[in-house]
Amino acid sequence: MATLNYLNNGHGLASWLLTKDHKRIALLYLASITVFFFIGGLFAFLIRLELLTPAGDLMTAENYNKMFTMHGVVMVFFFLIPSIPAVLGNFFIPIMLGAKDLAFPRINLISWYIYVLGGIFTLTAALSGGVDTGWTFYTPYSTAAANSHVVTAALGVFITGFSSILTGLNFIVTIHRMRAPGMTWFRMPLFVWSHYATSLIFILGTPVIAITILLVAAERVLHFGIFDPALGGDPILFQHLFWFYSHPAVYIMILPAMGVVSEIVQAFARKNIFGYSFVAFSSLAIGIIGFFVWGHHIFVAGQSVYAGMIFSILSFIVAIPSAIKVFNWTATIYRGSVSLESPMLYAFGFVGLFTIGGLTGLFLAAMGLDIHVHDTYFIVAHFHYIMVGGAIMGYLGGMHYWWPKISGKMYPEAWAKFAALIVFVGFNLTFFPQFLVGYLGMPRRYHMYPPEFQVLNVMSTLGATVLSVGYVLPMVYFTYSIFKGKPAPANPWGAKGLEWEIPSPPPTENFPVTPIVTHGTHQYAPSKEVGVV
Amino acid sequence: MSEGYPQAPTAGVPGHMAIHGAGNPHDGHSHPDHPKLQHHFDDMGQQAEASTLGMWVFLVTEIMFFGGLFMAYLLYRYRSPDGFAEASNHLNVIWGAINTIVLIVSSLTMALAVRAAQTSARPKVQVGWLIATMILGSAFLGVKVIEYADKFTHHLVPGPDFQWPGEYPAAAEMFYSLYFCMTGLHALHMIIGIGIMLVITAMAWRRQFDAAYYTPVEVAGLYWHFVDIVWIFLFPLLYLIGYHYGAH
Amino acid sequence: MFTNFPLFPQQASAQAGPVDAIYFFMVAVTAFFSILIAALIVLFAIRYRRRHREEVGYAIHGSLALELLWTVIPFFIVMVMFVWGARVFFDMYRPPAGAMEIYVVGKQWMWKVQHMDGQREINELHVPIGRPVKLIMGSEDVLHSYYIPAFRVKADVIPGRYNVLWFTATKPGTYHLFCAEYCGTKHSGMVGSIVAMEPQAFQAWLSGGGASASPVAAGEKLFQDLACNTCHMGDTQGRGPVLTNLFGSSVQLQGGVTVVADEAYIRESIVNPQAKIVAGYQPIMPTFQGLVTEEQLLQLMSYVRSLSKQGTAPAPAGTSAPQQPQASDGPAVEKK
Repeated sequence: MATLNYLNNGHGLASWLLTKDHKRIALLYLASITVFFFIGGLFAFLIRLELLTPAGDLMTAENYNKMFTMHGVVMVFFFLIPSIPAVLGNFFIPIMLGAKDLAFPRINLISWYIYVLGGIFTLTAALSGGVDTGWTFYTPYSTAAANSHVVTAALGVFITGFSSILTGLNFIVTIHRMRAPGMTWFRMPLFVWSHYATSLIFILGTPVIAITILLVAAERVLHFGIFDPALGGDPILFQHLFWFYSHPAVYIMILPAMGVVSEIVQAFARKNIFGYSFVAFSSLAIGIIGFFVWGHHIFVAGQSVYAGMIFSILSFIVAIPSAIKVFNWTATIYRGSVSLESPMLYAFGFVGLFTIGGLTGLFLAAMGLDIHVHDTYFIVAHFHYIMVGGAIMGYLGGMHYWWPKISGKMYPEAWAKFAALIVFVGFNLTFFPQFLVGYLGMPRRYHMYPPEFQVLNVMSTLGATVLSVGYVLPMVYFTYSIFKGKPAPANPWGAKGLEWEIPSPPPTENFPVTPIVTHGTHQYAPSKEVGVV
Repeated sequence: MSEGYPQAPTAGVPGHMAIHGAGNPHDGHSHPDHPKLQHHFDDMGQQAEASTLGMWVFLVTEIMFFGGLFMAYLLYRYRSPDGFAEASNHLNVIWGAINTIVLIVSSLTMALAVRAAQTSARPKVQVGWLIATMILGSAFLGVKVIEYADKFTHHLVPGPDFQWPGEYPAAAEMFYSLYFCMTGLHALHMIIGIGIMLVITAMAWRRQFDAAYYTPVEVAGLYWHFVDIVWIFLFPLLYLIGYHYGAH
Repeated sequence: MFTNFPLFPQQASAQAGPVDAIYFFMVAVTAFFSILIAALIVLFAIRYRRRHREEVGYAIHGSLALELLWTVIPFFIVMVMFVWGARVFFDMYRPPAGAMEIYVVGKQWMWKVQHMDGQREINELHVPIGRPVKLIMGSEDVLHSYYIPAFRVKADVIPGRYNVLWFTATKPGTYHLFCAEYCGTKHSGMVGSIVAMEPQAFQAWLSGGGASASPVAAGEKLFQDLACNTCHMGDTQGRGPVLTNLFGSSVQLQGGVTVVADEAYIRESIVNPQAKIVAGYQPIMPTFQGLVTEEQLLQLMSYVRSLSKQGTAPAPAGTSAPQQPQASDGPAVEKK
């Protein structure tokens, strides 16, 4: 194309590595998190291969432990947490607000470099022998017993945390200060609302894990005894500090995906969301209540019954805003003009899997039941329904929805529908059997297991194989589309929203003139009703 | 609300969202842009608000960062109040008090530096207050070095070498672990703060700040005051509570 | 080929029924809402499919009544779950008075068990059916978790403190024992079996060979070997507090605080004697951390408990908390 856009405005490596354009930085993130996704996926696949048989015959126990640790660390800290915010949020939040860039473009670039630096640390730990503490780094194993590269991996996580903090800071300031004239809070796209809630967790939670990890490193290197019972410390304090961040971190992963789904459902039902303010405020409610439920990870560690009850009741209550979202998405389709293009398939997949994932979360909030399923494959299944069935489905849905805008090219829709189907089937085949094997009692992080669990494990491994095909396919046809795809029009879906009013791909400055916004997003049909519900 | 707003210049799609030119293009300003206005902001006010809000948000993060350590301190202090009191008595309250005064005065000089930039004072005045702030900050760090050296010579650094003559060796070691973590992290913030001051001083020297543009000084000042306030909490928690306890 | 392909775990304890009941309730709720949402989505997607390119949806902004409906109904459902889950938890949390006590120590990567009459086991646990069994568990090194799926019970084993797990086995058989908290290289090898036996068979097993000294006797010997008795003498002349009738009583500390002398207190007094000083005594006791293993700590504790009157006679109802340990020494166990 002859017209100047952000992709062809400047060539050469330096124009990318030194860019301050939020859209180019989003693509830098896209490239790096894709690398980490496939690294983490490789670890997952090796885990599933090992679990094909009850005996530990593919690799040693030590290597297996390193596999699931690296799988968790890479997927959580280097893929899931940055995925939607750093790629899609970075790209679209300024555009959706009618701004030319994020508030701090230089900090945005720095945060990518910090992310890469953290990634290098963690990969160094992986390549130089690995780390075997589990992604949770529980003390005193991580501080006193483990012989692996704990400090290097922990520093990688610590460093990457600052990337999250700076991204969250940038989003918050941008949302507060960079909205175009007329873009009031209640006209903002729900994608932006969900990122606002996510950013709050970034800036309030991430520093706590940072200091915790720093203390673990200090304990290993300097023999400070904050968490080591042999030195007078309390290992349960670590769990409290760790989950104070890491439980809200689950909402970091799911909230942006919810934002994506809200956009997709509206676009492909050509209908404004049902109950806008309920969906918007439920994001905030999840972000805030999510900070007070961490104790449900510690029910079996012997915390006081009363603390347990408070954490239990709050863990139940945090489910309500999620339920509100699911009902509102469903109601949005009612009397819509529904078109089942691939982003919508992912969005439907998200709603279904997230519903199951969320409801099985209630099992873990019920104290008496959590005792049995805690630390079993039931937990593994539950959080993969949220993180893979939820967050990754949302991420893929968002990538399909906005790919024409990002790349300026259309991908082959038939292949995309096929891939969505494969992902859905593969996902359920992988993780549904884990609910069953978990309730049977198979503990997580087991290298060997009793033979009666084998059938379910074989199903799971089979599903993982299907799932990995489903994940490779989009890589292939997205790449194909860059070279051979049809040019994308400005608005291929007939969707509403500022991002669809500028060319595909967008120009460097997004808008030639600052837009003035006169009503909320996704208003397809004239409405007789007044006000926002 | 009716559809039918003028088409956005770049969009040719039916059913678009209502946007149109705001009449705020860059070259259409009635007055020339300030040279420090970054391209993505509309005006200097928006830019300054964004920067200060950004620093406030960052300070919230910092509070949570130190919060983890304060949590650990509270827990272990609650578990062994006597041991913490005994360990605290081995800290030098005089040095701590001097450092507290040094930091409070440095906050004053910092505030005066911001004021100088705000009122378009001569660069010499701005630079003078900034340098005074840096000197006080360095003095604080100097005292900290003396205190740390003292701990090293008396085997009060947690680890295999730790020796405690008193009744509560385990609690004392925990106290000193927390002492080094908290004051060490604070000192690191001071060092970063002085680094920021160096940059700000160079900018002030090059006459970059005046009433129209002083955001960097203001933002650096916010950070500096925050680091001071952290010390205002650390000093009583680490030095004073045990001191009074011991005086009974 | 499906002979050994279970889809649901065995129910072999009194706890299993209540846990499974709430599980089935929640499965039903999950299935109901998942199917409801999926059915609605499919229904709407077909019924309101796009019929021509320019078609748009009908503008509906929402409905306060519906929002309230689907906020309040889930709220009441989860509150039912909360109360139910908490009740089940309470019952599992409090060991009944008179439960048979067994000491368990977790270490990388084995479970060491010590019965009150001297039987020791590794990676196995023999228990009688029909009788509450209370495990008092400590860890030698890192976190572990004692997990018996067929009994639906689990508790973390944490270095530096004691956690309690109790159950009543109901069905004779051999069941899996797993370590559920990741503990290092051979975590998945830290498994074993629980053998639930008819009471007579259990008695026969108990009196079978292999019994060594009971924990009380071993503790008494340790008490002499470590020269504890030079300070903790039978009368008030010693430099340390008298231990007779100490266990379960209230102890007045320096500074006026009163604590109950439970397992955690005894343990702390041995490994970290300076933490709590009994009023009227000097903080002169050296720490025994590193000098005694977790097992020996448990032996010392059972000896100290045996010195207490409460150790031999059941405490009168109402004077002791439910967690207060009851009969602990060997003969008392056998009497029942």
